[in-house]
Amino acid sequence: MTTPLLRLQGLTKAYPGVVANDTVSFDIGEGEVHALLGENGAGKSTLVKMIYGLVKPDSGTMELRGQPFAPSEPRTARADGIAMVFQHFSLFDALDVAENVALGMENPPAMNDLASRIRDVSETYGLPLDPYRRVGDLSAGERQRVEIIRCLLQDPKLLIMDEPTSVLTPQEVDILFQTLQKLRSEGTSILYISHKLEEIRALCDHATILRLGKNVGECIPSETSARQMAELMVGDTLQTPERGGREFGEIALDISGLSVPSPSEFGTALKNLHLTVRKGEVLGIGGVAGNGQDELLGVLSGEITTDRDAVKLAGQPIGKEGPTARRRMGLLTAPEERLGHAAAPDMSLTENALLTGSVREGLENRGFLKWAEAQGFAKKIIKAFDVRTPGPENAARSLSGGNLQKFVIGREVLQDPDVLVVNQPTWGVDAAAAAAIRQAILDLAAGGAAVVCISQDLDELMEISDSFAALNEGRLSAPRPTTELSVDEIGLMMGGAHGIEVAHV
Amino acid sequence: MIVLEKRPQPSQAWSLATPIVAVLATMFFGGLLFAALGKNPVESIMTIFWEPLFGEFSFYYRPQLLVKGAPLVLIAIGLSLGFKAGIWNIGAEGQYIMGAIVGAGVGLAFYPLEAWYIFPLMVIGGALGGWAWAMIPAFLKVRFGTNEILVSLMLVYVAEQMLASVSLGLLKNPEGFGFPGSRNFQSYASAYNAELIEGSGMHWGVVAALIAVIFAYVLLNRHMLGFHIRLTGEAPRAARFAGVNPARLILFCLGLAGALAGLAGLFEVSGPSGQITIDFNVGYGFTAIIVAFLGRLHPVGILLAGSLMALTYIGGEIAQSELGLPAAAIQVFQGMLLFFLLAFDLLTNYRLRLALKEVA
Repeated sequence: MTTPLLRLQGLTKAYPGVVANDTVSFDIGEGEVHALLGENGAGKSTLVKMIYGLVKPDSGTMELRGQPFAPSEPRTARADGIAMVFQHFSLFDALDVAENVALGMENPPAMNDLASRIRDVSETYGLPLDPYRRVGDLSAGERQRVEIIRCLLQDPKLLIMDEPTSVLTPQEVDILFQTLQKLRSEGTSILYISHKLEEIRALCDHATILRLGKNVGECIPSETSARQMAELMVGDTLQTPERGGREFGEIALDISGLSVPSPSEFGTALKNLHLTVRKGEVLGIGGVAGNGQDELLGVLSGEITTDRDAVKLAGQPIGKEGPTARRRMGLLTAPEERLGHAAAPDMSLTENALLTGSVREGLENRGFLKWAEAQGFAKKIIKAFDVRTPGPENAARSLSGGNLQKFVIGREVLQDPDVLVVNQPTWGVDAAAAAAIRQAILDLAAGGAAVVCISQDLDELMEISDSFAALNEGRLSAPRPTTELSVDEIGLMMGGAHGIEVAHV
Repeated sequence: MIVLEKRPQPSQAWSLATPIVAVLATMFFGGLLFAALGKNPVESIMTIFWEPLFGEFSFYYRPQLLVKGAPLVLIAIGLSLGFKAGIWNIGAEGQYIMGAIVGAGVGLAFYPLEAWYIFPLMVIGGALGGWAWAMIPAFLKVRFGTNEILVSLMLVYVAEQMLASVSLGLLKNPEGFGFPGSRNFQSYASAYNAELIEGSGMHWGVVAALIAVIFAYVLLNRHMLGFHIRLTGEAPRAARFAGVNPARLILFCLGLAGALAGLAGLFEVSGPSGQITIDFNVGYGFTAIIVAFLGRLHPVGILLAGSLMALTYIGGEIAQSELGLPAAAIQVFQGMLLFFLLAFDLLTNYRLRLALKEVA
């Protein structure tokens, strides 16, 4: 029997109040692409942090090629051939690619040598990248290449990738997969963290599934259905959102010729937007982050006011109305950022229910607050959306991301909107909660509401939306019926892949 | 190595214990300071905290507690609403002065007419004076995005110059033998803010302070506007999302704080102080910032904190005259209180954890 590259035995790590990893054991073979699957909070991040030396296990051992392996810090892990690409990039926008790579190295060579090495590596692995380009000008996919190349220059034995495709267009995902397959063919092992099951089925040789910190099963992804894997992750049978055939009603929301300058230095200006949503219709708006999603939500919520006639709700011009007036008229929104935008972190759930619910739920009387009713509304949200919390008096920040998201979406859905706009409704939410949120959105549409769903998750948009449009640099493509579209076409609409050379492996 | 770890929920226990621990720490380190100055630390602390309440001359000092505490509480209540919303009015001292000048000016304009409506008009004048002075930083912030901390603070010094000017000119007592300062309201019954109960120290300013406490409590806990104030301080983006108009909130918070500071100035000038003089202001507007934080920006807390600060004021004066402690030492002592309060406040949101440095 061959020695595996990395063997984990009984790794346990407990934090106050929660066991993040409970006696997790598995092997990663040489040249194997190993998937680590699990819902949010299943302990995936803690586990890879232990391998990368960021966190010390309470008990359990690791062996690297049969030798005891206990990295005390990332530097020693790197010295032993472990490299990691984080979900969030750590790059300096103002520096060029080579400078960024040099900053991550222990003993960077002279810039010219480094630049030629970056060229070599990038060509070998089909990741074209000019070492002298400024990182600030790169797309998300190209930034990820910088991180990957930084790792590859260390000649790693094990490359850890944390949710690498969450920021990529479909074309960029293809390029990444070709690179990873080439790495595997050269004998590099890859530990691939994701919750996107189809990706894992396409790429990975072996999968370990974590649930609540425990290893609950292993499988060969290509021989297992996505549904089976999802059910292993959740530990329950999974409800697929259902959509009934619907007739669309009259136009509920109408945006025409909307242009808004960027509200901040780092924002995106919206340029000549047109869209209409009818009653009962779900319009999906895709696009890579930072192409105007936040601004579009702000324009619809009333946080950014525009020309009076640029935004119309059921024929009424509302461009100059603020958030409260729009809520009264039936236009509700749920922003992407849960903590600090959709909810106040240090305030209780009751207070957060009041935050948007006061007008439609009648939680105030001439300005005086009705606390009992507000608490009742918070309890109603908690119950209807299965928000896991001891009670409505708890602070919003004490909830996990998924639970808070259920609360935020539930708060708007239960107010019975005529038009609901959501931005990234299931971002960072586990599979079961995501399914519940999507079902709630579809139910709302079935009840005759118009829904605009802004999301970067294409699978989600394909699943719930009737028509699809893409935001790219503040411009919106013309909406098209989702059923007529292929993933490739959507990728082209998103335009995120433009200007990127195709891999030539 | 000691590391700070963020608590998942703010600790309720620490939130309540912080002011008490801070007072105890101030007593301890203040005692060390007094010892270093060659005084008996126990006696000094006793003088500051015990003497005004239960000492030999407490019959004189106890009313003084109300006289000193009322303006502090009144100003601090106004400041606390702004502070809760993240609006930093540091210039209450100037608003206090302007309230006194305008209020006194209204009263003096009627002299020597005796009529029931004069004092109420002075009260309105005082509130308007403070409000108008606070509207300067408010308007500049809303219109041009200036920093209200700097503008309100600088306007304190402008107000002090105005005070000197009117003491020597516009409001100078024509029968004052050339001395700077206005007529004394003590001898002008219609404009005098007299004690409501003889010898109690209870004047209209104390009543106003108590009303302000109740008003602020109801506003913050029962009213949408108070909710929006708290929301703006906790999460400005969420407040925008909830429909709060930031400009309107800035105008309201600064304006209210200015009006209350102006009221405090009016009650002071027409009562305990009695006249406009060059050195009329004694720093209530700045001390009220400490009071607001010592009271955790909570109306009832501010009431208690204002009383405590008044105690250290009066006790400090006694310690100066009886033990010969320098005035600067008393100010350091009061400063310590704010320092320890802010330091211990950290424990409400963080816990300390001892971490052994891992050996590489």
